[in-house]
Order: sequence, then C-alpha cells, then structure tokens
Amino acid sequence: MRKTLVAFANIAAAILAVTSAQAQQTIKVGVILAYSGQFADPSAQMDNGIKLYMKQHGDTVAGKKIELIRKDTGGIAPDIAKRLAQELIVRDNVDMLVGFALTPNALAAGDVSAQAKKFMVNMNAATAIITTKSPYMVRTSFTVPQLNQTLGSWAYKSGIRKAYTMVSDFGPGHDGEAAFHKGFKDAGGEVIGAARYPVANQDFSAFVQRAKDANADAIYIWTPGGPQPAAIGKALAERGIDPKKTKVLGQGELTSEDALKNMGEAGLGIITAFHYDYNHQSAMNAAFVKSYKDAFGRNPDMFSAGAFDGMHVIYEALKKTGGKTDGESLVDAAKGMNWESPRGPMTIDPETRDVIQTVYIRRVEKVGGQIVNVEFDKVENVKDPFKAGMKN
Amino acid sequence: MVTSSAVAEPQRYLEAQIRWRPVEIAFWLATLLPFVLTPNYLVLASQIAITALFALSLDLILGYAGIVSLGHAAYFGFASYTAGLTARWGWGEPLTGLVIAAAAAGVLGYLTSFIIVRFRHLALIMITLGLGLLLAEAANSASWLTGGADGLQGVRMWKLFGVFQFDLYGTTAYTYSLAILFVFFLVARRLINSPFGLALRGIRENAIRMPAIGAPSPAHIRKVYTIAAVMAGVAGALLAQTTETVSLETLSFQRSADVLVILILGGAGRLYGGLVGAIIYMVARDQFSGINPQYWYFWIGTLLVAVVMFLPNGILGGAARLVRSGRSRA
Amino acid sequence: MIASAFGVLFDGFAYGMLLFILSVGLSVTLGMMNFVNLAHCSFAMLGGFVTVTLTNELGWPFLASLPLAFLSAALVSVAFERVLYRRLYRASDLDQCLLTIGIVFVSVAVAAYIYGTIQQPVNLPSYLRGSVSVWGQSLGVYRLFLIGVSIVITAVLVAALEYTRFGAKVRAAVDNQRMARGLGIDVDRVFAVTFALGSGLAGLGGALAIEIVGLDHAFAFTYLIYVLIVVAVGGLGSIAGSFVAASLLGISDMAGKYYFPELGAFLIYFVMVALLMWRPVGLFGRR
Repeated sequence: MRKTLVAFANIAAAILAVTSAQAQQTIKVGVILAYSGQFADPSAQMDNGIKLYMKQHGDTVAGKKIELIRKDTGGIAPDIAKRLAQELIVRDNVDMLVGFALTPNALAAGDVSAQAKKFMVNMNAATAIITTKSPYMVRTSFTVPQLNQTLGSWAYKSGIRKAYTMVSDFGPGHDGEAAFHKGFKDAGGEVIGAARYPVANQDFSAFVQRAKDANADAIYIWTPGGPQPAAIGKALAERGIDPKKTKVLGQGELTSEDALKNMGEAGLGIITAFHYDYNHQSAMNAAFVKSYKDAFGRNPDMFSAGAFDGMHVIYEALKKTGGKTDGESLVDAAKGMNWESPRGPMTIDPETRDVIQTVYIRRVEKVGGQIVNVEFDKVENVKDPFKAGMKN
Repeated sequence: MVTSSAVAEPQRYLEAQIRWRPVEIAFWLATLLPFVLTPNYLVLASQIAITALFALSLDLILGYAGIVSLGHAAYFGFASYTAGLTARWGWGEPLTGLVIAAAAAGVLGYLTSFIIVRFRHLALIMITLGLGLLLAEAANSASWLTGGADGLQGVRMWKLFGVFQFDLYGTTAYTYSLAILFVFFLVARRLINSPFGLALRGIRENAIRMPAIGAPSPAHIRKVYTIAAVMAGVAGALLAQTTETVSLETLSFQRSADVLVILILGGAGRLYGGLVGAIIYMVARDQFSGINPQYWYFWIGTLLVAVVMFLPNGILGGAARLVRSGRSRA
Repeated sequence: MIASAFGVLFDGFAYGMLLFILSVGLSVTLGMMNFVNLAHCSFAMLGGFVTVTLTNELGWPFLASLPLAFLSAALVSVAFERVLYRRLYRASDLDQCLLTIGIVFVSVAVAAYIYGTIQQPVNLPSYLRGSVSVWGQSLGVYRLFLIGVSIVITAVLVAALEYTRFGAKVRAAVDNQRMARGLGIDVDRVFAVTFALGSGLAGLGGALAIEIVGLDHAFAFTYLIYVLIVVAVGGLGSIAGSFVAASLLGISDMAGKYYFPELGAFLIYFVMVALLMWRPVGLFGRR
C-alpha cells in the first residue's frame, strides 16, 4: 500500500514538475484588437501581421514558446478594453499586452499596463499622448503629428503658399489639422480656411464645393480609413477639382489600396504622407509583400506592418533579456532598438519609447496599368514632434 | 394572475406582490457566488451589475409605462461624464460623486420628460433617438470638456469609505456595483408594487382612459421618467468610477440599442427581466467572443432569434408560461 | 453662391432619392401590417452584395445585375416571411424588434465571413462615370442616373397603386386592415406580396448605393437609422411621404453642410426632431 502511494506521489510530482516547467517555458501574449465591428478589417490585417512574423521566425524565443490569447473589444470601447486587459493579466497571467487598433482602447489599457507593470506594445493607435500613459509601453506604428506636421512643412517647401484644410470632426482629425497647420504655418504658409466634416459623413459634395470655392493652392484632407476616402475621391472628381492644378494633400489613408480601387482614375495626382506602402521599393519589402500575399491572399497595409514590426520588437527584446518577461526588463531592452523593417529604417526612441522612422511623400500614379502610390520624396528620422514640443 | 377577488381588494393584491418569494431570495444570494466561485471574473461581474441597473431603469419606462426609448443612453452617458469630470476636477470620493452625477441625470431627465409626455408610438421612438444622437454629437464637439473621441483622461477615484481601493481584480468594483444595484432594485420594486406602479401599468395599457379614473397620465409619466433617468445615471456613474474612464460610446445609439435588446431578451415588465437579460447577454457575449472573436455576433443573433421563437415575451415571459402550463398540468 | 449651390443641391436630391428607394418598402409594410422589420436594411445589403459578386466575380455588366439584386432580395424576403415573420404578426412590437435585430446581427456576421470586412468595390460601366456640364454646373452622371431610376420607380409605384386592382387592395389594407379583411380581401397575401416588393426595392437600393455611399459588412446597421428617419418623417404607409421626406432630408443635409458646416451632423437630427414634434404622424401619415 505504502509503495503504491509513494509511486503515485512520485508520478504526480513528476507530472507537476513537467507541467509547471512547461508553464514556465511559455510566454503568454495578450492580443487586444477590435476583431468585430467597424474596425474589423484593420484588426484582421494586424492579426495577419502577427501571424506572419511568427510563421517566419517560429513560435519559440529565448527557449520559450509564445502563446497568443486574443480578445475582442468590438470597436471603440475603453471600458471593455480595460476589463479585457485586467482579465488577461489577472486570469490568464499574460506577460505582455499587445495590439490596439484604436486610441481610446490603448489609453485605457495603458492604465492597466502601468498599474500591473506589464510590457505593452501599441501596434497601431496613433494619437501622440498614448505612450505617455505607461512607462512600459512602446509604439511601432506612427503618430498623427509625425506624418502631418512633416507634410505641412514639406508642402511649403514644395511651393504651396495658401492651403485650405478639411478634416473629420473627431480627435484624430483635429490632431491632423493641428499638426498640418503647425508644420505649414511655421514654415511660412497661410491657411485660408479650415472645415470639419461630421464623422459619419457619406456625401462630400458640399464640403468639396466649399473647398473649391476657397481657391487655394492646395487642399489638405484628413480622413480615417473606411468608406470615406473613396467617397472623397469621387466627390473631388465630380465637383471638378483637378489634382494637377490644385494639389490635394492628405495622410496615407486617403489613398489606401481599398480607396484607390474604389476611386479609380479620380485619385490620380493626390499627394500623401505615410510611413508604409506595399509598393515601397526595397528588397525586404518585396519579400514581405510576397509572403504576406501567399499566406493571406491580399496585400499588406500599414496595420499589417505595425503589427509585424511590433512582433519584431517583442522577439528581439526577449532575446536581449534572455526570456525575462517583467515590464522593466523588456521595455529597457526595447528602448533604442534600431532595425530595417519592410517600411524602411526604424528606431524606438529611448526617451519617449515612440517610433522614429522615415516619412515618405507619395503621389498617386498609374504604373503598369495599376493605380498605386509612388514615393517621390522623403524625410528621414522623424521623431514625434508633438512630444518633442511638449518638452519645450 | 389577477383574479377578481384581487381586483376588489387592491391593498391585499399589492401586499401579496411585495412579499419576497423564495426564488428571489435565491437569486440575490446567487449574486454573491462570483466572489467565491469565479474570483477572476469580478470585473465582468461588476459590468454586468451596471448593465443590469441600466436595463432595470429602462424597464421602468418601457415595461411598466410603455414608453419605448431609443435614446436612454443619454442619461447613462451624461452621468458618466459628470462623475468622471467631478473626479478629474479634484473630487474623487465615490459616493458623493455618484450622488452628484445621479442628480445631474435626474435634472436632464426631468427636463426631457416634458417633451416625452406629448408623443407616442413611432414619433416618440424617433424623437428619443434624435435627442440621444444630438447629445452624442454635442459631446463629440465639446471635446475640450469631454476629451472627444479619445475619451476622458485623468479620472482618479479615491478609496471607497477611505479604505477600499479600486483595484485590478475588481473586488471593490463588484461589491460597490452590486450593493448599489440592490439598493435601487429595492426602490424599483417598491415603486412598481404601489398604487403609482399600478397607475403606470394602466397608462401602458390605455393612456387615454387613465385621466378618466383620476390618474393624471402626464404627471405620472414625468415622475417615472425622471426616476428612470436617475437610475440610468447611477449606472453610468458607476461605470465611470469603476473603470476610471469615460468615452463617447456611453452616449451612443449602440448602447441604447443594446440595453433595449437586453431588456426585451429578459422580458420587459417583469422587474427581473433586465437583470436576467443582462446576465445572459453579457455572459453569452463574453463567451462567444472568446471562442470566436470575429463572428461572435452570429451566435448572439441566433440566440436572439431562438429566444423570440421559443420564448415569447422574453426569457422570463417564456419561463412564466412554462410554469403556468406546468401548474395547470399538475 | 447660388450657382455652386445648385450643384450641391442636385447632389443632395440624388442622395435623397437613394434613401427613398431604400425606405419606401419599409414605410408601406410598416403602415400596412405594423410589423417592425428592422432587418429591412439586411435585404438592402443582400442586393448590394449580389451586385458586387455578379459584376466583380462573374463579369456581368452593372445594369444587368440590378434586376437580380431586386429579385434576390425579394425571394429571400419571401423565405423569411414564410418561415419566421408569419409567426410573429400577432406578437408584440418588442418581440418583432428582437427577432429582426437578431437577423441583422446574423446577416452582418455572414457578410463579414463571406466577403470580409473591406469596402466593396463596384465596377461601373464608363458611360455611368464622370460628369456632364449642365448650365455651367458639373453634375455627376451616376447621380443623374440615380434620379432617373427613382423617378421611374415612383411613377410605376404610384400608377400601380392608383390603377391596378392589387393597388386598390394595398390602399385598402393600409387604410383600415380590419375593414379590408371584412370585405373579403386576403390581407395576409397582399402583405406578403407587398413585403416582397418592398424588400426587393431595398435590395435594388443597396446595389445602387455602392457607388454613392459604399458597401461593407455593417451596411445593415449603418443605414437602419437613416431609413427609420425617412419612414418616421414621411409617415407610415405613404409613398409620397417617403419621397418628400427623403428629398427633404437629402437636400437639407447637403445644404446644411454647405452653408453651415460647423453644424455638421446636428442638422439632420435636429430637422427630424423638429418635424416630428410638429407633425408626430409624419408629413403624410394618418392617425
């Protein structure tokens, strides 16, 4: 009887040791995205970016296995995002929080990251202040001021003197407007009119007509992705705005692959500032686009790139810390990281933990029968100007 | 369930209704189970309690007074922002913050009630929808006050009673939300099982005849609408305080529509309908979205269709029918 | 100012016509049977996706796909009516709401599953693209087409109502259902046919909408509010009501954005609330 008990205890102990050792050999990554609802597509692209990186580099880092736990916020829902972040930490014992397509959700989860001292990788949400919410957070996408302030100063340098601006009437749109105005006016330009259109606006006739009436050298438009870029492009064509005479400027979403497909020739000549395009000419990007297309049947976009680079930061940070997963070690390992990404060179700013990268200026052209964004100018090593301005 | 003898003796009828049935006691005891059985789900439990309170407030006007509102989130969100701003501007005490926010929602409800009483049917539904959308737009425009699309930042709550901190595990959050839910549930229960409550049901059935028996409909409607606004406001304030964030989503049509679906799912006009609906909808949603993050609403939709086809008048309505047919068979 | 305003108002009227095609079916069926079909825009979405599949995958010409968008939505609605809706005619409004909202949820999930969550492109023939110059104004060709289609549909609907026996039955059923039944009119059958036609029109509207406002998996939710606004403001059971309400909303929306852009989204909701407070039964509704 005793022998059986001892044997049983030994077996139990062995099993326990193996499973707990296995548990210690897993790194749990909590992925919080808006898988359903309005932002389902960006989230799907981000998820694809994560999957592709893990496919290419394996799911083991520093001797440990990476396990993803996915949670859906359903859209803009900071209370749900916060709860999911809390549950991932308390219930699932994740080692880090990643993802975040949307600003309000990222801000709410930032609180949790700071409280629980967990590493957080913001792979998309672009409002400047997000990284200030937690000292354990890094960002691998872009910030609105980074792109738009750069576009503003570039606009003046390219000869534009008077601009009319038109933005979506909510936070990111206001940020884009403020950033463009600052960049443009600081360089010497004059903003002769600024309009804001409702977030859910479908028909842009009225706004485009007002822009046309203003008779500026350039019209700057800030729009989020979705149905609006195409609608704007069509309205521009319908109301007779010729991009060759009046320059049309915007952030890259205006001419995303989706938007260009829907706009057709109406989009030719639009100039945008962005950090990633599948048409970017580099060997690394060509390989990235090919493997992405093979795996998922469509081209990658900035959401895919943000997530892909986010996984890169995670993997490299883990290699540096030798598998240690506390927030402090990981964020220290991430600070100052510098690498060549499919989008170009990228650095994580050691001071702000935000992304430093090249901002490309592109024009929509017809290349080989396809309507694409062609990069024709760039500004390198752009830091987030908003936070830089906050210091002064 | 109203027999002729009960009609002749309204006093006895009300007294009978107000007695606590064993199933009710069991229900409230069961709400304490999460502390023991599922301590990792307390944050979800607190959000269910908040939604249950919100649904209960809608039941007062929908289930009992017959007012269909597609803009009830206006009071939820308004109080949520009030509570958040109170904390942001330096006063982080939870209970007094709750009172301030509830009072604000009550005032807004009282003012709107003057519009509400004048309309019925589709016009009423669309007007409530329109007013809700207008408030949401205003909140978006006033981003200097509300934080706009990014949401309200800097909401820091002090410890409850100076002792209990709102923590990562949600223990304080759930205790707080559950206690407040219970208090207002008692208020609603008392209200429904009173002459005022009977008058409301009369209004729901036939609003035109009510003044003929001396029950002035507009005054009653304004009263219950204000009370419902206060309760919705309390729920909104609870959400702001327990999550320390407020977003435009609290004022959205989405939230108004969700709470309506939850109430109908549970069964309107049955006091517990909102609570049952909230528990089932939010647990189902959490589970489905865990299993299938991208298409969980397919399963929720199927659940809703199934409930309507097999359990008319909501889950509690269907359950009541089953109980009745079971009794008649026995 | 007036010259460029004309262009904007023209666009607004076209947008209003689109809303009209989407909403007229719901107005008539709601007025007739009081059946709250919140899944109306799911049928619209179905029509849109049928057109997308036919034109993009199978290479059909756009115009040829439109009748199929109409037919497919009509047929699917018949199936739904037989299997599900019929059982709930006597049920409460709330139950009807719950059922149809459940159907909307399911339809959005199915659309996302089959077509993904992206904006669906539509391949317009070249003669429907671009703009023409009329009195110095640049008018979109597609919008002219949309207005033309709506006028034809309105004419057909009004003629059918006034001059056919079926139309007479529809009018009777909308006016006073009980009386109509008493006179031996098979109201259930009239409703079934009207419902199919209304849903078919929604499907057509969905297909026509792609070029103006885009189509994605959440279309059934997004446009529900606008359709409800048109139906409420126009008055239940009225084609004229839907026409006027839709035009009014489209034009005032555009004019508001042109002359008072700071008001933005406020205007359309404000106009709706004001109109409903003035005439609660809608512009052409009856008590």
